[in-house]
Amino acid sequence: MPLLAAPTLAHYLVLGAILFAISMAGIFLNRRNVIIMLMAIELMLLAVNLNFIAFSRYLGDMAGQVFVFFILTVAAAESAIGLAILVLLFRNTGSLDVEAQGRLRG
Amino acid sequence: MTFVTFTFYAFAVILIFAALRVVTTRNPVHAALWLVLSFFTAAGIWLLLQAEFLAIVLVLVYVGAVMVLFLFVVMMLDVNFEALRQHFRSYLPIAAAVGALVLFEMTLVIVDSAIGRTLAAPAPPTGSNTKALGALLYVDYVYPFEIAAVVLLVAIVAAIALTHRERKERKHQDPGWQVKVRREDRVRLVDLPSEKPPA
Repeated sequence: MPLLAAPTLAHYLVLGAILFAISMAGIFLNRRNVIIMLMAIELMLLAVNLNFIAFSRYLGDMAGQVFVFFILTVAAAESAIGLAILVLLFRNTGSLDVEAQGRLRG
Repeated sequence: MTFVTFTFYAFAVILIFAALRVVTTRNPVHAALWLVLSFFTAAGIWLLLQAEFLAIVLVLVYVGAVMVLFLFVVMMLDVNFEALRQHFRSYLPIAAAVGALVLFEMTLVIVDSAIGRTLAAPAPPTGSNTKALGALLYVDYVYPFEIAAVVLLVAIVAAIALTHRERKERKHQDPGWQVKVRREDRVRLVDLPSEKPPA
């Protein structure tokens, strides 16, 4: 098997796994910065969508692309509400530090 | 090496590098711009997978709308980002460990499974990808499509309700008070002596 073989389904899935792992590490790294955490979540959804599209192509089933469509919709709604909460958080506390938001004692 | 192979590896390298920069960069504005690059590159990879409509939607919706929203918020808030990065290094070992573990587990399953390497892609569908997607979306998935529309509506209402600030000095009508008003509140009878006309 040559080093740079023609891409198969496994190549796309591994690329998605690498993206997912990077964004998961990013959530741990930026424990104190809510903005970067939201961006890492967007990256995670991108990795999931890549898996859906790769499977849709290799199984010849268009339903995977329909699901990506819905995931994009929900992700857009999620980031809009997330950013609204973030603005509210900053307006009330003057900081974006997650660790400092322990007042709810949840 | 064919064009598809070359493009896949080039885009994969760019995508991984951009994703790494998103989570490690110091400045959130730069992080948002790196995220734009990763979405753009991912759209290229989706084009390789024959998902033309979704690739265009990714560029239009994500790069055009969501990332602009992120940039607006990052630039609007006056945050002291240096203070937020104080413990960055102390989180590095656990982050690297968890990330490597997740990657190892997933790769183990994917590469070892027979489906990943031997499944041959069927012949690419002929005709418009957009047309096929639309035929599926508006016929088989029409109810989920409408639920997605409701989700977007709820998101709009929630975002406005969360961030809307009532202005104190704003002038507005209160119909309750308007209905409750009595004659004595508004009309004042003044008894003025009548003047005599000059002779």
